[in-house]
Amino acid sequence: MTGTVAAPVLDVARARKDFPILSREVNGHPLVYLDSGNTSQKPRAVIEAMRQHYERHNANVARSVHQLGTEATEAYEGARAKVAAFIGATSPDEVVFTKNSTEAINLVAYSYGARLRLGDEVVISEMEHHSNIVPWQLLCDRIGATLRWFRVSDEGRLDLSTLDRLVNERTRIVSIAHMSNVLGTINPTEAIVKRAHEVGAVVLLDGSQSVPHLGVDVTALDADFLAFTSHKMLGPTGIGVLWGRSEVLESMPPFLGGGSMIETVSLEKTTFAKPPTRFEAGTPPIAQAVGLGAAVDYLSALGMAKLARHEAQLTGYALEALATVPGLRLFGPATTRDRGGILSFDLPGIHPHDVGQVLDSLGVQVRVGHHCARPICVRYGVAAMTRASLYLYNTTDEVDALVAGLAQVRKVFG
Amino acid sequence: MTDALYQEIILDHYKHPHGRGLREPYQAQAHHVNPTCGDEVTVRVQLSGEQVEDVSYEGMGCSISQAAASVLYDLVRGGTVEAALTRHDAFQAMMTGRGEVEPDENVLEDGVAFAGVAKYPARVKCALLPWMAFKDAVLRANETETQP
Repeated sequence: MTGTVAAPVLDVARARKDFPILSREVNGHPLVYLDSGNTSQKPRAVIEAMRQHYERHNANVARSVHQLGTEATEAYEGARAKVAAFIGATSPDEVVFTKNSTEAINLVAYSYGARLRLGDEVVISEMEHHSNIVPWQLLCDRIGATLRWFRVSDEGRLDLSTLDRLVNERTRIVSIAHMSNVLGTINPTEAIVKRAHEVGAVVLLDGSQSVPHLGVDVTALDADFLAFTSHKMLGPTGIGVLWGRSEVLESMPPFLGGGSMIETVSLEKTTFAKPPTRFEAGTPPIAQAVGLGAAVDYLSALGMAKLARHEAQLTGYALEALATVPGLRLFGPATTRDRGGILSFDLPGIHPHDVGQVLDSLGVQVRVGHHCARPICVRYGVAAMTRASLYLYNTTDEVDALVAGLAQVRKVFG
Repeated sequence: MTDALYQEIILDHYKHPHGRGLREPYQAQAHHVNPTCGDEVTVRVQLSGEQVEDVSYEGMGCSISQAAASVLYDLVRGGTVEAALTRHDAFQAMMTGRGEVEPDENVLEDGVAFAGVAKYPARVKCALLPWMAFKDAVLRANETETQP
């Protein structure tokens, strides 16, 4: 045999067998789960790891000398190391476990944000999730700082023509989605990071949608913070991650106060532990960390490059398939270039709630509403959208089921 | 299928809404939003003594919320305020009854078509949106009237 070696292909049929829920039925139809951007399904390996932890190793962490405490601590810290390796962090100490992405962003807004002064500026974009808008509004209100934002083009791209004006010497923090949860757009972080660092601002990337899908490397991204959440990347709910560059984390005051995050406490004064412990007050989500560790193992074994290739192909297929639906208006880039498998759309004259309800009756699970990103809905002049979001376990048959479902929607409401 | 949810009556009201549009004069209005989906409705009321002289509304939303506004118009316009509030209470009881409250067709007329919606917890708020706004508007109208 001669010729080029074909890139390894993801065995989707085999991967699907790892997800028990995918074999169930919904309303008398096989489940077609197209809502992974909301939360992903969990492979047996994750469910098993958490069960094993509770059945065999359950104890509190970082405070017990007994055997179970040691095992639980090793599992918890082991998960931190796995996550650090997964995102290319230089040290596990750069990985702070939080409750979710929202808490990770709030942590930065409170703790790093404490150094902002009247007249400073924070820059976000029009395509942000509410979790990357509201914490900055609250910060700006507290400090008297100004919130500014990138506009979004008709094609769903950030308008970078204003980059040098928007990010200026008054800018202290730039916080942008790595990948939009509504448009699927993968943002050009390189230019933004470069400009922000030029003016001495730090950059937070909301990786909630990118880390599960793209094979994110924090060293290559060169940002200062990355926030993401376990439950969108095959892990359990209840745990998220804030990655922070060590020297930046070192410079930050605590967020929540309590047990575990201290060095010495007297009734007059407390000194604080080093990061990441400084930011993990109270008993952390231990079993959830174990589950997240198992999710990272699963994704790594599968291969993020293979996964990304599968999703890019499927996204291309879905873009073409949706383009055949009469009247359908797609939001976000029309091609797979710099876009992920998030497909938001509108069927004129039919409310997304009604679209979602009819699809549900056919077993097709999509998200409807403003997707916790109302400003981008306003930008496109709609109150709500229907969103299908893809993951490694989705197939072209499922995209076909969506398109067939939309024909049924039009029959009921046309 | 969704037949229990999307009764013909509901689809008819959605496609051909009764009394839609905001009208003058009005004594009070209320604007209600469903924060989970962004649906909005504005309801205006014009009371004349004990009578609901007019109810007008405008909104964006799903078939359920829009049809509920249309049915509301039919059920309360031209009747007494007391009868309107009785119907409001009956509609609310049916919607929050998880499909176990047997609606009285004499009270709710076309409104009984929404009995099926009560079995879909995610959609109950949609049906109640215009009715809640209506009640709010009536309360405000009464407040304005009792002011010296």
